[in-house]
Amino acid sequence: MNVLVTRPEAAPILASAPLPQPSRVARLRPYAANILPPLLLTLLFFLAWEALCSGPGSNLPPPSQVWAESSELILRPFYIRGGLDRGLGLHLFASLERVALGFVLAAIAGIALGLLIGTSDFAMKGLDPIFQVLRTVPPLAWLPLSLAAFREATPSAIFVIFITAIWPIIINTAVGVRNVPQDYRNVAAVIQLRGPAFFWRIVLPAAAPYIFTGLRIGIGLAWLAIIAAEMLIGGVGIGFFIWDAWNSSHLSDIFVALFYVGITGFVLDRIVSALGQLATRGTQSS
Amino acid sequence: MTAHAYLEISNLSIQFPKSPVPVLRDVTLRIDKGQYVSVIGHSGCGKSTLLNVVAGLLPATAGGVLLEGQEVNTPGPDRAVVFQNHSLLPWLTVTENVLMAVELTVGRKMSKAERLAWTLETLALVKMTHAKDKRPGEISGGMKQRVGIARALAMRPKVLLLDEPFGALDALTRAHLQDEVMRIHADLGCTVIMITHDVEEAVLLSDQIVMLTNGPNARVGEVLEVGLPRPRSRIALGADPRFLAAREAVLTFLHDRHAAPTLTAA
Ligand SMILES: Nc1ncnc2c1ncn2[C@@H]1O[C@H](COP(=O)(O)OP(=O)(O)O)[C@@H](O)[C@H]1O
Ligand SMILES: [Mg+2]
Repeated sequence: MNVLVTRPEAAPILASAPLPQPSRVARLRPYAANILPPLLLTLLFFLAWEALCSGPGSNLPPPSQVWAESSELILRPFYIRGGLDRGLGLHLFASLERVALGFVLAAIAGIALGLLIGTSDFAMKGLDPIFQVLRTVPPLAWLPLSLAAFREATPSAIFVIFITAIWPIIINTAVGVRNVPQDYRNVAAVIQLRGPAFFWRIVLPAAAPYIFTGLRIGIGLAWLAIIAAEMLIGGVGIGFFIWDAWNSSHLSDIFVALFYVGITGFVLDRIVSALGQLATRGTQSS
Repeated sequence: MTAHAYLEISNLSIQFPKSPVPVLRDVTLRIDKGQYVSVIGHSGCGKSTLLNVVAGLLPATAGGVLLEGQEVNTPGPDRAVVFQNHSLLPWLTVTENVLMAVELTVGRKMSKAERLAWTLETLALVKMTHAKDKRPGEISGGMKQRVGIARALAMRPKVLLLDEPFGALDALTRAHLQDEVMRIHADLGCTVIMITHDVEEAVLLSDQIVMLTNGPNARVGEVLEVGLPRPRSRIALGADPRFLAAREAVLTFLHDRHAAPTLTAA
């Protein structure tokens, strides 16, 4: 009985008082649990690399040597020493510029074509087999034709990006349009939403998650293709930088460049994914 | 018989293109203005199909539907549908979902402010004002169904078509929404066709209960007039002999004379 009587009295005080905050250490623990494992494994990886490549017969430099020879590339990404001898950041920008241009063109053309194929049965039947064959052509196989047509390195590289990134964008957009749920079509029919308005207000938002999946695959492929294309066409760009380093036997520089390439690819993927999240807010959740 | 009823379904048969037998055969119904009609039958007998034809979403294979003497063959806002799975557009907020319907139907000639006011009024009718700026992904199943009902009501339809509107809800939420729909039906006086497989729900809400036989070739097996006075209270009716008799009549039809084919086979 005592317990039953005292509890209701204590309750109002407890309810109005703020809940005790967890201690600083306890609050940081979840973050630590996420950050520690990758940090630890990266450290282990470097140690193993150091151990494996430190011997006299090793073909590849250990991390300590990479740092000793190429720390300038890491510390000063934007130097220009005349000609093509410039910082990695500048090479990276040249590559990103090409990717951006090629990718934006691919996005515009790819979404437009995908919407067409998705809506028109005739276009679907006519174009789909062609696309299915063309999309399996490896990006670099387009380069010779592209060079022959454009006669210049930069537009050729941009074309290769374009033609690499466009297929997943077309195909995913078309699938998205075809998969607009019958429920949404019924709703539109009842409120007599037709023609362009139906397209803008139902089809496009319903297909948006698919379109962004296509864009995300596209940017990944574009980044893969640019590195390879630049190795062949020369000039500026991170791909050219790697090829040039190989030709001058600067193996340490290649390691640093690969690190940059990886991080940039990761960031590009995240940017497109974040844009997708922003644009399709809510659509995926139900 | 020459005078048409308000809503008339006459000798309606529906056969899907690749199926050897019709789902529904010779369904005939006459529904008066302001009536609340439930259609009940076992799963898969063609209830949704029937509703979709009245909505104009499916063509009739033979026979047809007349609303106020006009043949129904396209979908339209005079026959608003509340779909089985709410079908709200997930990228729009609650308000926007209803507003879109208002804009294209009753609100064509209204100003922007009038449309919004109309929308908010309808949301208040189903008690959803508090969540008006949420997206469908952020509200419960019962709330989504309320918004679906609001979207349909906002068009001021002549006939409100409900396809198992409470099917996916828990018992408490369902009872609550049933009361709301009864109140709205009394307030607005619209004609309602509701698909259900819940016997008590049918008896509680309806003026008429249409019982379909098992498909394929489903037809109207029986029509029960529920003479219970309105307003009805579920608690008072629980012991009312007329309520119990109506319930028993429907149960007998469904379980003795037209038991689910899968259950009898087992
Ligand atoms: N679009 C369709 N094409 C072919 N058959 C269908 C289609 N829609 C429904 N059916 C069939 O018609 C029958 C009735 O379906 P439905 O009206 O959804 O039943 P209920 O709503 O009574 O559960 C089912 O056997 C179903 O398989
Ligand atoms: Mg159904």
